[in-house]
Amino acid sequence: MMTIGDNLLDLFLFAVTPYIALTVFFLGTIIRYRKYGFSYSSLSSQFLENRHHFWGLIPFHYGILTVFLGHLIGFLVPRDLLWWNSHPLRLYIFEVSGLVAAMLTIVGLVSMIMRRLTDPKIRVVTSTADWILLGILTLEIVSGTFVAIFHSWGSSWFASTASPYLRSIFTLSPDITFMVAMPWLVKFHIVGAFVILAAFPFTRLVHILVVPNQYLWRKPQVVRWYGKKAFLHKAV
Amino acid sequence: MNVRSQISMVFHLDKCIGCHTCSIACKNIWTDRKGAEYMWWNNVETKPGTGYPTRWEDQDQYHGGWEVHKGKLRLRSTGKGKIVTNIFHNPFMPTMDDYYEPWTYKYEDLFNAPEGTDQPTARPVSMVTGEHMDVEAGPNWDDDLGGSPVYAANDKNLDGLSEEQRQQLFAVERLVFFYFPRICNHCLNPSCVAACPSGALYKRGEDGIVLLDQKRCRAWRSCVAACPYKKTFFNWSTGKSEKCILCYPRLETGQAPACFHSCVGRIRYLGVVLYDADRLEEVAKLPDDKLIEGQRSLILDPNDPEVIEAARANGVHDSVIESAQRSPVYKFVKVWKIALPPHIEYRTLPMLFYVPPMSPVMANRQDGTVESVSDNFFHDIEQARVPMKFLANLFGAGGEGKVVYALKKQKAVRTYRRALTVGDISMETAEKMLAEADCTKEEADAIYHLTSLCTFDDRFVIPPMHREEAIEMMREPSEHKTAVGFGFIEPPKRGF
Repeated sequence: MMTIGDNLLDLFLFAVTPYIALTVFFLGTIIRYRKYGFSYSSLSSQFLENRHHFWGLIPFHYGILTVFLGHLIGFLVPRDLLWWNSHPLRLYIFEVSGLVAAMLTIVGLVSMIMRRLTDPKIRVVTSTADWILLGILTLEIVSGTFVAIFHSWGSSWFASTASPYLRSIFTLSPDITFMVAMPWLVKFHIVGAFVILAAFPFTRLVHILVVPNQYLWRKPQVVRWYGKKAFLHKAV
Repeated sequence: MNVRSQISMVFHLDKCIGCHTCSIACKNIWTDRKGAEYMWWNNVETKPGTGYPTRWEDQDQYHGGWEVHKGKLRLRSTGKGKIVTNIFHNPFMPTMDDYYEPWTYKYEDLFNAPEGTDQPTARPVSMVTGEHMDVEAGPNWDDDLGGSPVYAANDKNLDGLSEEQRQQLFAVERLVFFYFPRICNHCLNPSCVAACPSGALYKRGEDGIVLLDQKRCRAWRSCVAACPYKKTFFNWSTGKSEKCILCYPRLETGQAPACFHSCVGRIRYLGVVLYDADRLEEVAKLPDDKLIEGQRSLILDPNDPEVIEAARANGVHDSVIESAQRSPVYKFVKVWKIALPPHIEYRTLPMLFYVPPMSPVMANRQDGTVESVSDNFFHDIEQARVPMKFLANLFGAGGEGKVVYALKKQKAVRTYRRALTVGDISMETAEKMLAEADCTKEEADAIYHLTSLCTFDDRFVIPPMHREEAIEMMREPSEHKTAVGFGFIEPPKRGF
């Protein structure tokens, strides 16, 4: 049986927090881009330390992107994911690749933290925001991995419970029925995601928004002309 | 024909005395900031020597510039294909250790040290961490160490030299070196621009200056790896790349760039050249031995009516065309052919040119005596103490022909002038040498005038930059009316 207090808390965490997080995310990133455009940078520190950088950044990014892709599949095409998982072998493949990616992410994250702790030059370019970000990322990634380990076959139940919930948020009719029944570890993980979303505009995470996809189809050379001539030289 | 104008430069290396005034002038104006302490947009290297960053010319290590792959130009570092996997960690990114860790001294210790029996010292501290450090490298660590087995002997340009030629450079009595001032080459086919995933780097259409938009830079660091001259730098504090801007705020007000203006030896020349942008790719793909000729063919005759018409059609201002007609660079590079691009084999088509050095002027040593008979007062070019092969690696894409041509012409001019003014060389000899060097008397006079008697206005033919055309496009033109330089005012602070 649930008490009213629990219900209120769930209501706050799963029906209110996501909207706060989304508002902060959109307003924050847009205002920052418009007013402090200069600060949009990945703030790479590879120039100061190169070797350790590889063992942190490469596993972390490949890991986290794969994990994110897994979540995205469950969110966007839950039915197809359930169909894929209907065969045990395919379910194992999906789950194991997710777990491997999570491990990669953790390895990367640990090296990144170690690098920032031990290298004197890197410590100089590490801000409080960086430490807070690394902290919440650690909590989120470790909790997610624990969910995958202790609450088996998450890819299937994510598709059938978390997906409808997340969709209900985007359709502005939050339905927290499934969330209320979730184990606390899962709840923690979901709320953690909202925290990251809200922290996003204030950290170096903004570099994700300026990933240079246009590079792949632009001409190699860039020429900028003054106004009138820019028109004259449409074809660079 | 797609005519564009380009600000271009010539360095007369025989006149460079290696005083580093240019570097200091640049440093004081542009890179005297946190995160930029290690940057020298202008630096002067001793050749043979390892340079800055160490062995930057070794593209097997740094992977800068372009290569021709299956008939197409391809970046040696991370182009379109490779950036997808390399954006997280650039495998060809140099680190601070390849340059040097900037330092200062704890001067306050000299004043604050408690009374004692020892003399207080100011220990070096890192300008990155603020902690004590042992200084092991600097931006000019091998200055004047021409014969050094540690530095000079590791010069990349010594590749392909025979043991005898190396001896020529390193035997104590014959030891020789020269200076090599370097800034950004403002290339026609810049690899830094092509490598920048964000499109932050660009070439200004009107004058060809290569700039880096600080607001659009996201620290993907591709430019640093891609520039074969290592003239884009990463600011470790702001998390943005930076580079030489050819002092465009000074140019816009008709002043020479700081490095140029401060040059003590007056070795630098600046002017406009017109070039054909349609043929860039074709030229950049030529085989090594055709590159110099190819680049020269890109540079158009500013007095040719056809060129003038095409330039006007392309929006090149009449005042710029007129400036191109008086350009000292055009004379050095295209008419006299005595200024050569550095390492054009990197295929970025650099627009800085160097008059290769003849130094030392006096004849080569033979049997312990300096040979200075009148007919051969200046040394034979082929037997110069700097081996031709070394100069060819630096300025000739490995081929000696163009370097020898440039040196022979210089020697002929000197002989001719000596015949005129001193008279201990017969005019016949001088004329014969001029003819051999593909040089007329008029040309020799012109070269002599522009190298020896030149005024400031001869050396710097600065075209009008027509900044008014840029300002017209701004939202608040009046705000920029009396200003030059950067287009936005936001403190260059790291992160948020």
